[in-house]
Amino acid sequence: MNMPMKSHYSDAPKAQPQARHTLSVLVDNEPGVLARIAGLFSGRGYNIESLTVSETEHEKHVSRITIVTTGTGQVIDQIKAQLDRLVPVHRVVDLTIQGEAIERELALVKVVGTGESRVEAMRLAGAFGARTLDATLTSFVFEVTGTTDEIERFLRVMSVVGLVEVSRTGIAAMARGAEAL
Amino acid sequence: MTRQMTGAEMVVQAMQDQGVEHIFGYPGGAVLPIYDALFQQDKVKHVLVRHEQGAVHAAEGYARSSGKVGCVLVTSGPGATNAVTGLTDAMLDSIPLVCITGQVPTHLIGSDAFQECDTVGITRHCTKHNYLVRSIEDLPRILHEAFYVASNGRPGPVVIDIPKDVQFAKGSYARPMSNQHKTYRPQIKGDMGKIQAAVDLIASAKRPVFYTGGGVVNSGPEASALLRELVRLTGYPITSTLMGLGSYPASDSQWLGMLGMHGTYEANLAMHDCDVMICIGARFDDRITGRLDAFSPKSKKIHVDIDPSSINKNVRVDIGIVGDCGHVLEDMVRLWRAQAPQVDKAALGEWWKRIDGWRARNCLGYRNDSKVIKPQYAIQRLYELTKDRDVYVTTEVGQHQMWAAQYFKFEEPNRWMTSGGLGTMGYGLPAAVGTQMAHPGALVIDIAGEASILMNMQEMSTALQYRLPVKIFILNNEYMGMVRQWQELLHGGRYSESYSAALPDFVKLAEAYGGHGIRCSDPAELDHAILEMIDTPKPVIFDCIVAKEENCFPMIPSGKAHNEMILPDFEGKTGDIIDAKGRELV
Ligand SMILES: Cc1cc2nc3c(=O)[nH]c(=O)nc-3n(C[C@H](O)[C@H](O)[C@H](O)COP(=O)(O)OP(=O)(O)OC[C@H]3O[C@@H](n4cnc5c(N)ncnc54)[C@H](O)[C@@H]3O)c2cc1C
Ligand SMILES: Cc1ncc(C[n+]2csc(CCOP(=O)(O)OP(=O)(O)O)c2C)c(N)n1
Ligand SMILES: [Mg+2]
Repeated sequence: MNMPMKSHYSDAPKAQPQARHTLSVLVDNEPGVLARIAGLFSGRGYNIESLTVSETEHEKHVSRITIVTTGTGQVIDQIKAQLDRLVPVHRVVDLTIQGEAIERELALVKVVGTGESRVEAMRLAGAFGARTLDATLTSFVFEVTGTTDEIERFLRVMSVVGLVEVSRTGIAAMARGAEAL
Repeated sequence: MTRQMTGAEMVVQAMQDQGVEHIFGYPGGAVLPIYDALFQQDKVKHVLVRHEQGAVHAAEGYARSSGKVGCVLVTSGPGATNAVTGLTDAMLDSIPLVCITGQVPTHLIGSDAFQECDTVGITRHCTKHNYLVRSIEDLPRILHEAFYVASNGRPGPVVIDIPKDVQFAKGSYARPMSNQHKTYRPQIKGDMGKIQAAVDLIASAKRPVFYTGGGVVNSGPEASALLRELVRLTGYPITSTLMGLGSYPASDSQWLGMLGMHGTYEANLAMHDCDVMICIGARFDDRITGRLDAFSPKSKKIHVDIDPSSINKNVRVDIGIVGDCGHVLEDMVRLWRAQAPQVDKAALGEWWKRIDGWRARNCLGYRNDSKVIKPQYAIQRLYELTKDRDVYVTTEVGQHQMWAAQYFKFEEPNRWMTSGGLGTMGYGLPAAVGTQMAHPGALVIDIAGEASILMNMQEMSTALQYRLPVKIFILNNEYMGMVRQWQELLHGGRYSESYSAALPDFVKLAEAYGGHGIRCSDPAELDHAILEMIDTPKPVIFDCIVAKEENCFPMIPSGKAHNEMILPDFEGKTGDIIDAKGRELV
């Protein structure tokens, strides 16, 4: 027997596998464009894992926005279509389906400590290829660039030797090969 | 005690736990589970309005007249969008509301489902805070937090958007020990060093004025009592904004009347010429300051406000005190009593002499008429014939609103409900419905214009359904009078689309709704007709036919300073008063 109908809305679909996608979005750098994009994601219930914006072509006032998001295949398709529909958006490119894209993130990491942990922090930073931007008798600020995974690994080791503060840029991404966006 | 219940039951339980007695709403698909939960209890009484905008204004009237949080329940999509004007109104006038909106089930959000709209996106800028509840576990906390956020600090509207699957879902509910927010902690007590500095400055003043506002009403009746105490201790003059009327009694000799664009000559000149301005719970709105570079150029300014962003927003002040004005006033009164400072009696005597000179200008004087009812006269008679009763006044927006503010005298706070910041035509009738719900035995009058009243006329049905004997007193000038006045002053008297053509017969309209209709156009019969209105124990529409082209003066024309007011006895061409620059300011 059927359950009495409680609602006219359709039921939730079965869980589908989710995937992480990196999107490059070229937009007119006009007031409110970032709010439109952020509002699209929150209003329609999409995830944002990382979002990076900067004007890339100053004369044309074009900004490049890199968004990392997760969702089912259907949701990712919707996200791209919804982004493309916004008036100030020029192009939306899914770097993840174009093949393995290059993704980099920069982090500033402050580490505080003395004695053995200080020496250890210095040594580990060297191993990760981090640059030392600031040093006092009790602290360092390191700059590290890499994929999100590399940065996560760096932060994990630093947390053992006195990490107190992190600032990350979010992801900048680009497709490999000769073709430009 | 933790209990298992559905999300819909949690909504109703949390309302009960918050002491909510009335909720204004309108049902629809996305809130049916909540309506079902309401049906099965009788502690929270639902008031069925006839339009969701009316629900929000009714909750505003309820909140403003009672000091409680107003509650609203509407469905998704059109229910939520219809509520937006009311929410914005509450935002601008700092009215505490909790508005529950239904939403499509979580998995359909973003799919343009039936009656879906991005409610939290749409209301982000017209609420103090809003929530989309994504899981049943969050619901109890959010429900209680919403009441805390709405009523603490600077009050405002809070929206809780609840998807239908969350309303059906079961979870555990416990009444929280406190409904505080985890981080939001508005500052209540003022900085004592600054309060002392303020008291010193107040004591040293030669030409002081108190400028108070809606914040005193927001703070509660104790703040009004403390304000009265401080003002009487000092002996200084006091004026208030439109939103603050009633926190100081209009019958008192230190009262200068309202200030601002349509404020009194004495209030505005006192503001312009003062040497110490004591602003308490007012926000230096442009209807007050006029031209900023000419605003009270010679004064030192003290500003007490609970919202740090109000301080130094439009006008730079010398002493800015962040805190609840009730608490700050209490400290000020205590310091004043303990220190009993010597004020400059001679200077103050001079100051009052100048003020009395301005008062003698009789800026609210108008030429009465024996044949036509002057709108000012109508309000004066309405006041005289109702002042000894338990009376609450709401208004629509326009000239009638300003005449009500000028000629109706308020002695107590929470008695005057008007849309100040947003200026929403259509506010008054639903606000009267909400006010009457909170004060069943009182006389509640909506002072209306014939144009505004048509914007939420449907709420007459609500009044009838719940036997709320609200009185709608229409100053019918057959014009959108405020618009007509601006067109006379600014646009060469070209009355573009401001004539109220094809008006309904308001008497028949009242009867059609099941109320009582009265029409009066003869000044000699006005008192009698008003008494008939008061004595009618059901909703009344009073169609008061008034002079059609009366202007609302005094008025500070846009782009002018406080000492450049137009007074009622102005003889000249009104079209020449405002220059091109003023026209742009509006
Ligand atoms: C047609 C029309 C004409 C108008 N003409 C005039 C006019 O001539 N004169 C006039 O005065 N207004 C007029 N208004 C109203 C005007 O637009 C503003 O709404 C009004 O002046 C604002 O009042 P307020 O400064 O008291 O601020 P409110 O909007 O009441 O704000 C209250 C202030 O107090 C603060 N506050 C809140 N709670 C507390 C607390 N507990 N403790 C301390 N501070 C607190 C808030 O942060 C805020 O800064 C007119 C409106 C219309 C529609
Ligand atoms: C919803 C809304 N639309 C437009 C306005 C602009 N407006 C301000 S006053 C006014 C005329 C009001 O006419 P009426 O209600 O007859 O009042 P009167 O000024 O004649 O007393 C208008 C159209 C407004 N305040 N609110
Ligand atoms: Mg009118």
